[in-house]
Amino acid sequence: MSLLEVRAVDAQYGLLKAVRGVTLSIDEGETRALIGANGAGKTTLLRTIAGAHRPAAGSIVFDGKDITGVPAHRRVALGIALVPEGRRLFPGLTVEENLSIAGAHKRGGGWTVERVLDAFPMLRARRTQRAATLSGGEQQATAIGRALMCNPRLLLLDEVSLGLAPVAVASVYDSLKTLITGGTTVVIVEQDLGRALGVATRVTCMLHGQVVLEGAAKDLTREQVTAAYFGTQRASGVGTS
Amino acid sequence: MIWVNAIVQGILLGGFYALLACGLSLMFGVMRIINLAHGDIAVVGAYLVWLLATQLNISPFLAALLVIPGMWVVGYALYVLLLERSRRAGLLVPLLTTFGLAIVIENVLLQIFSPDVHSLLSSTGTLATASVQIGSGLSISALGTLIFATAVVVLTALQLFLSRTNAGRQMRATAEDPDAAELIGINARAVYAKATAIAVATAALGGVFLAIRSTFDPSTGPTQLIFAFEAVVIGGFGSAWGTLLGGIVLGVAQVIGEQVNPQYAVLFGHIVFLLVLASPRGGILARRGREQ
Repeated sequence: MSLLEVRAVDAQYGLLKAVRGVTLSIDEGETRALIGANGAGKTTLLRTIAGAHRPAAGSIVFDGKDITGVPAHRRVALGIALVPEGRRLFPGLTVEENLSIAGAHKRGGGWTVERVLDAFPMLRARRTQRAATLSGGEQQATAIGRALMCNPRLLLLDEVSLGLAPVAVASVYDSLKTLITGGTTVVIVEQDLGRALGVATRVTCMLHGQVVLEGAAKDLTREQVTAAYFGTQRASGVGTS
Repeated sequence: MIWVNAIVQGILLGGFYALLACGLSLMFGVMRIINLAHGDIAVVGAYLVWLLATQLNISPFLAALLVIPGMWVVGYALYVLLLERSRRAGLLVPLLTTFGLAIVIENVLLQIFSPDVHSLLSSTGTLATASVQIGSGLSISALGTLIFATAVVVLTALQLFLSRTNAGRQMRATAEDPDAAELIGINARAVYAKATAIAVATAALGGVFLAIRSTFDPSTGPTQLIFAFEAVVIGGFGSAWGTLLGGIVLGVAQVIGEQVNPQYAVLFGHIVFLLVLASPRGGILARRGREQ
């Protein structure tokens, strides 16, 4: 049985429909890359799954339970955590405070401030520093660590490499690989196709708010993905399984 | 010696203002709501304590121990039932809501208790008149010291709560970014309700001391609101120590004004408030307000 099912979800901002009739299902333990151009609806879809955005239509089922009407903070207790676009740390709180307040929901799963600092060693020296004073890479690591403190079964990562120096991106991805091999189900939104295909087991490509291509990462060619990304070869490669 | 005495009395008075002001500061700091009913809520606390103390013939301090937890619950309900909805409608709506609430409270109090002036001063026994004489011109009253000490304890507790406890850190996080707080499992609505509960309970405590140190009637609230508001602005919004400092500056200004001419007490307080608003620091506070 799949861990997450998104069923015919529409999400909009006022009159602008950002997500149109998206259906997808994610199995326990898989790493799904969600790719697409700017404005394809990836961020909105993630926010809708996390409960930060209310869908206009459709439903979201997590672990066999309909959670469409469940507010974001209770979805965290169920095991969904989102690393939001732009990191959204609490700038006036220290790194440690940013991490520890997210540990309030003791779901079990064993993430502690110490374990996060082990996973992201660069944060250890910054522990008592205010989040506003961190570099972009350190902030991203803190944001991921903060989500991990919720002990998620499903981790949603939005644009983790955006605005980071290449070396910081590499170190963030190194830490992510450890997580992924640890068995956490991950959905990752990424602009960088190479990176996305490198970590993902399956790939979903969105265009104008709709899913235009889906398949196992190893079966898809770069050309197919590029075509779906830019919409030059609409829907010809849709493979559902 | 007259001026030393004035400053000491001003500091003690400042503790009272800080106690009234800390809830106002907390609500603005956490959820950007300026509670215009804050002074009237304090007066409600005063009436409830007066009612209990006179009806049951108990000490006002014992009555306060019953009333303050009750006001905590009232504060929680106030957020959930009234402020939550208006907060969702934008920044200005809560201001109008609390303005309306202030009018409603004043008129309900007028209906129930008539415009008669009350005080708890006589029911506190010797505390009201006890004082320590130091030298010729300086006397420190027991009541003033008690109020100041209470204010320091309450503000310290509030500061420690915000900086040391998980619930307090969650409150600071929610104040900075409620959307992101929700995404890590913090129920922002419950945090806001808790902040309102703390604010209403501390306002009620301030109201009790208001009733003990002077007199009150249904229309006392707005004046108290203005003093609390001035203390908060002078000290800087959203900081417990700032609020204490602001209260003290306001208190000292008022007592010095009173020393110059008994009619100038409130005027001197207003002048200091306006000077702070016009200073560069006042400008910084205003900018911070615009950003959020």
